[in-house]
Amino acid sequence: MDKSKIKSLGKMIIDRREASLVILLLVILIPIQIRSPQFLSITNIDRLLNDISILSIVAIGEFFVILSNGIDLSVGSVIAFSGMASGMLNEAYPGTPIFIILLLGIAIGAVMGAVNGALVAFGKIPPIITTLGTMSIYRGFTFVLSKGTWVTAHEMTTKFISFPRTRFLGISALIWMALIIIALSYYFIRFTRSGREIYAIGGNATAAQFVGVNEKKIRFLVFILSGISFGFAGSLWTARYASAVNEMATGFEMQAVAACVLGGVNFAGGAGAIPGVVLGALFLGVLNNALPVMYLSTFYQVLVQGLVVLIALIINTVVDQRKMKKLLSQRRAS
Amino acid sequence: MSEPIVTIRNLTKFFPGIKALDNVHLNIREGQVHALIGENGAGKSTLVKILTGVYFPTGGEITMEGKPIHFKNALDSQDAGIVAIHQEASMFLELSVAENIFMGHHLRNERTKKINWKKMKEETEKLLKRLELSISPDTLVKNLSVAQRHMVEIAKALSLNAKVVIMDEPTSALTSREVEDLYRIVRQLKSEGKAIIFISHKFEEIFEICDYFTVLRDGQYINEGYLKDVTTDDIVKMMIGRSIEHMYPQRTPSSGKEVLKVEHLSQLGAFSDISFSLHEGEILGFFGLVGAGRSEVVRTIFGIDRKSGGEVYLDGSLFNPRHPSDAMARGIALVPEDRQQQGVILEMSISDNITLPLLDSLCTRGFTNRKKEKEVARNFGEKMEIKAAGYEVDADTLSGGNQQKVVLAKWIASGPRILILDEPTKGIDVATKAAVHEFVAQAAKDGLCVILVSSELPEILGMSDKVAVMHEGELTALFDRSELDSEKIMRCALGEYKEIVNG
Repeated sequence: MDKSKIKSLGKMIIDRREASLVILLLVILIPIQIRSPQFLSITNIDRLLNDISILSIVAIGEFFVILSNGIDLSVGSVIAFSGMASGMLNEAYPGTPIFIILLLGIAIGAVMGAVNGALVAFGKIPPIITTLGTMSIYRGFTFVLSKGTWVTAHEMTTKFISFPRTRFLGISALIWMALIIIALSYYFIRFTRSGREIYAIGGNATAAQFVGVNEKKIRFLVFILSGISFGFAGSLWTARYASAVNEMATGFEMQAVAACVLGGVNFAGGAGAIPGVVLGALFLGVLNNALPVMYLSTFYQVLVQGLVVLIALIINTVVDQRKMKKLLSQRRAS
Repeated sequence: MSEPIVTIRNLTKFFPGIKALDNVHLNIREGQVHALIGENGAGKSTLVKILTGVYFPTGGEITMEGKPIHFKNALDSQDAGIVAIHQEASMFLELSVAENIFMGHHLRNERTKKINWKKMKEETEKLLKRLELSISPDTLVKNLSVAQRHMVEIAKALSLNAKVVIMDEPTSALTSREVEDLYRIVRQLKSEGKAIIFISHKFEEIFEICDYFTVLRDGQYINEGYLKDVTTDDIVKMMIGRSIEHMYPQRTPSSGKEVLKVEHLSQLGAFSDISFSLHEGEILGFFGLVGAGRSEVVRTIFGIDRKSGGEVYLDGSLFNPRHPSDAMARGIALVPEDRQQQGVILEMSISDNITLPLLDSLCTRGFTNRKKEKEVARNFGEKMEIKAAGYEVDADTLSGGNQQKVVLAKWIASGPRILILDEPTKGIDVATKAAVHEFVAQAAKDGLCVILVSSELPEILGMSDKVAVMHEGELTALFDRSELDSEKIMRCALGEYKEIVNG
């Protein structure tokens, strides 16, 4: 390979976050694979993908909000309420079709997201404050709804709790759900005006208004989208883990935000893409799966995750600064 | 003379307590570059904001193609064909050139509403080709130079089928070659029959590119006419209502003992091997093109950036500032170039801004003495002739020139011995400029050492006792007042010629 090719490859890695993530993934996969050769077996890959399906769905929801220069901290609480409601519906009316349960989860998420969005877009309350508040409120609703009790596996129908593992064309329903969400989101963010307008609002809200982007509409919309993804994830969560507990998904906002940041989504809004977010979720999944294989205690998992996110943020900042410097020197030269 | 496409008659705009525009007239014609001239605060920005639908007029009428218009918002004016080329502020840095052009009106499939990226790229390519620009539609705007960003904004105006294009100080951040490119495009727009409103403080630019002018002063219409019928002097007279005989104050240079000595100062990647000395009562002009490293040198002396080599001596002893507070404690003051970002705190009152560096001395037992603070602020504010409704109003209500005066007042109030001014007159009007020059001359007379960083050669020539010239991080010349020669200085700044051989 000649020099210019290497250079352009390097440029692509810096410019395209997805490429650098893929390389990083390969780098950490090699020692894991050497240490434990069954890591990349079909069975384990299948397990890994099942593990990250819910995270991917949730991270995409979070992505819309971060892209608009906001943040949604109510992730875990929306999942909990929707998950609890789904479990209780299944317990109370065992005959309810699964897609109705999933629709209930989506509807709950949409309403909760709409409340967040209304407070942010029309109430002009900063997203972090709004969702910090609703995070507690929605969790409180969950306790009120369940009266503090759980829905356990034997209180739910086998059909519901085995649904995520049901295979179509050799792929589990859970992975299919994630793939559908990924595909729909990709189309939305890439090929619709509203999708592009999220980039505009997140990148430069003033300029966006000058070209006729409706800021309130977009800010409202991103929270509805995140709510839908969280609510949907809640129903799937209860089915997959075969129980609905009040504390479910506590702290999951950390994972969702981490997947976005790892995937190269700009924390200040305006930049990022779906493939990056999915890769970010995949990266976290590999990390969580590999640490036990490497005989690292689960206690270390959270710590390692935090470190990785921090390093990703630092790399982001450094790359940006170097790019700026390069640009300046180019200007000087011209 | 053709019929104007936009006519403004008796336009008035009141803000609480201020008459920003008072009976202003403006006639914009197709195929004409119209210079809108006036000092800062003369009402140009307000006029542009009314034309672009940001502000609503208090009175008067605007007609476009014979019909009266009332814009409700920025979008209305854009739809009518009036587009302002803002500075970078209006771009989406993380998005591509094509998308920046089409944001808000993405091209879509009629039926499915799916965005047609291919068509947007093709259209962008056509627009860029029309402007003879070699930029790829896929490039992210953050990777473009300031000049290229400007061109993209112009392409966007074309995509919106603009009839009237407003350019507000379009050349302020461009290199001379980039300015040539801009002129070429302005001439092309003109030949395509667009009407252009051109706002600038630079007379050479106005006479080079514009056909017609309208002068505003203190929100009032003063005069209009063809530029070929007037001289710079005429325009200056209209702008300020009197002619400025001596733009630069007469000074008798006197230099006392050496205060500052810089030897082989270097900072990796920014500048290297800079040596000069500064005496009491001396003004050292620091000349060079934008990006030559002058700001970096003074920032290092002031302790903001860290040096990588060389020494700075203050009063004969080694001085190694770790933080600007070290430099301030030794009587060095730096008035930065970007006054909005680095100099004025916009959300604070004028008075609070001025007394900020002095808070220590204004405190009694840990509490600030508000009365004393106000007194100091008024004292220095009056000295600088700051025009404001009061010293308690927020700095962001002031015009650019008056903000600059606040910054100067702030640093003078701290009683410095060495005053470093980085582009103190950039983007401010003639009268404020003269006030700043007067002030700098007085400071030197009072025995202060002044480092004047400027990209304006006349200012350097008119003010300095000594001139240091930089090119791409290197000191290329050090001239005494007696040897000052504009051509020589320019050649050193361009790096074509070196007075000093480093090594």
